[in-house]
Amino acid sequence: MKKTLFDKVWDAHVVDTVPNGPQILYIDKHLIHEVTSPQAFAELEQRGIPLARPDRTVATADHNVPTINQHLTIKDALSRKQVAMLTENCERHGVTLYGLGHPYQGIVHVMAPELGITQPGMTMVCGDSHTSTHGAFGTIAFGIGTSQVAQVFASQCLLLNKPKKMRITVNGNLGPNVLPKDVILYIIAQLGTNSGTGHFVEYAGEVFENMSMEGRMTVCNMSIEMGARGGMIAPDQTTFDYVKGREFAPQGEDWNKKLAYWKTLPTDPGAEFDTEYEFDAADIAPMITYGTNPGMGIKITEHIPELDDTSFNKSLSYMGLKKGQSLLDHPINYVFIGSCTNSRIEDFRMVASHIKGKKKAPNVTALIVPGSQQVAKQIKEEGLEEIFENAGFEIRQSGCSACLGMNEDKIPAGEYCVSTSNRNFEGRQGPGARTFLTSPLVAAATAVEGKVVDVSQIEMV
Amino acid sequence: MEKFTKLVSRAIPLPIENVDTDQIIPARFLKATSKAGFGENLFRDWRFHKDGSSKEDFILNNSNYSGKILVAGENFGCGSSREHAAWALEDYGFKVIISSYFADIFRGNALNNGILPIKIEKEKLTLLLQHLDQNPNAEIEVDLEHQTLSLAEIDLKETFEIDPYKKMCLINGYDDIDFLLSKKEAIAQFEMQ
Repeated sequence: MKKTLFDKVWDAHVVDTVPNGPQILYIDKHLIHEVTSPQAFAELEQRGIPLARPDRTVATADHNVPTINQHLTIKDALSRKQVAMLTENCERHGVTLYGLGHPYQGIVHVMAPELGITQPGMTMVCGDSHTSTHGAFGTIAFGIGTSQVAQVFASQCLLLNKPKKMRITVNGNLGPNVLPKDVILYIIAQLGTNSGTGHFVEYAGEVFENMSMEGRMTVCNMSIEMGARGGMIAPDQTTFDYVKGREFAPQGEDWNKKLAYWKTLPTDPGAEFDTEYEFDAADIAPMITYGTNPGMGIKITEHIPELDDTSFNKSLSYMGLKKGQSLLDHPINYVFIGSCTNSRIEDFRMVASHIKGKKKAPNVTALIVPGSQQVAKQIKEEGLEEIFENAGFEIRQSGCSACLGMNEDKIPAGEYCVSTSNRNFEGRQGPGARTFLTSPLVAAATAVEGKVVDVSQIEMV
Repeated sequence: MEKFTKLVSRAIPLPIENVDTDQIIPARFLKATSKAGFGENLFRDWRFHKDGSSKEDFILNNSNYSGKILVAGENFGCGSSREHAAWALEDYGFKVIISSYFADIFRGNALNNGILPIKIEKEKLTLLLQHLDQNPNAEIEVDLEHQTLSLAEIDLKETFEIDPYKKMCLINGYDDIDFLLSKKEAIAQFEMQ
């Protein structure tokens, strides 16, 4: 039978099938962090169950951590307690932890790929919906709730019904200054925030084949924003070149064996999908969101649509925007470049290449938050730090930061923020904060101009 | 987990689409290390002003409405995987959520906490929301065993779908950990491969 990439990876991990019920899926890697794990550890301890496979579990502290002075005690008592509890739990249960101050600490979805923990053909889960990021490697990766974190702790398995399969094909060439973030924002704007519900998505076609691993991670990261459990891209030479030589990547004979297997994973020609969509790369342009869900996006040169329903009106009223309005030249006081969507070295290189020799607008607070300690180190080594500092951008330490405002990095109420993160929900970046989601390039250009600009007109150095 | 078989209750209408888990429980309240007490901050920024006073126009602050059933617009629970959203709803007292569409992760989280998410057709949802808007005292009957939802005064009787395994779990108050641990041998064998 002809199989899709998703079928191949899923079927290889099915331990058993409950008659008329879900399947038991084996989980290769379980990533955990401070916010969604404490109740799961507590559950296990209450029931006297040991962790089944601490060796398949990796932890980091990212969601609530400060991005300044990480070497000092965390000021916020509740955050401090959560991080301390993660440390205690990991020690007690023998789980590897890349905590604050560790050279590998970082946003869980930046840290695991850069260490080679993420590999093609795996099943990976984490108590975080953006676990879909790891699908960029041809991995089945998805976010889970804390009850499921406890289930994986207890058994290294999950009970799941196999999702449906969707393929989104984008062929052709992207225009100038159209980035992977624009591709996924475009797709979500076209299909809507719940189009992927019940599905696992495979992204196929020339656009994804030609994309870097960083770009593929950006795309897969936002699969959840169309409601999909996860997104995947077939592993190819780009994938293998990225994984090879990383700290936890297979080596020697093991590498050869795994590589041969990974090459068998791409979808068989003629394999069937439950749902298929196709787009032309030429139709995609730099994007921006105007509303309070990621599906409310337009090309940066377009106007806000003139719809009339309660939810749409509520959203525009929260955003302080009008139907039919253009966002070009909209004044902005905050720019956030970071999050598991866009905080990898490639993103910062893009930002640096645009702002080199320029200065941020005086009214703008521009935050650069690297996805991991390793990205921060690269920023220094490649001389990007100087460019950011000269331009007046603030460079912070790694963490989730203003993507969800769990730490001090919040956007004030009523203020607009151009953000490279993944969600523009009400209050996401702080109570009353208004978010425009964009690519790192639009964010950089906005910081320089102090207003939203059309980057398709910008000449890149 | 508490057992669930049948519920007759008044319901609270929330006719908003794409209610994300950041609205259900904002991230700044996720710093707790136990499951208790999240109900206090359920729908925090829709329910309360910055100074902690109630927003009178939000449905949970409308004394005409109460009940263990929440009826919400489509794509309820989208966004973040935080199970704190399910804990907050449960802690506040909701046992059933009715919508025309649930986000996958939220639906799973709800079921794992003894909350029954019931999916009905969009037209029926609109009908239900309209009726509740005018009739705050209307009582909805949910029968898990027969998989029915009914509201006699408007002749509404819907059957809903639920995974037979999850239905068994809810009726008996079982959770997946018990089941997975009973499969230890099969899992060990799989690991040997």
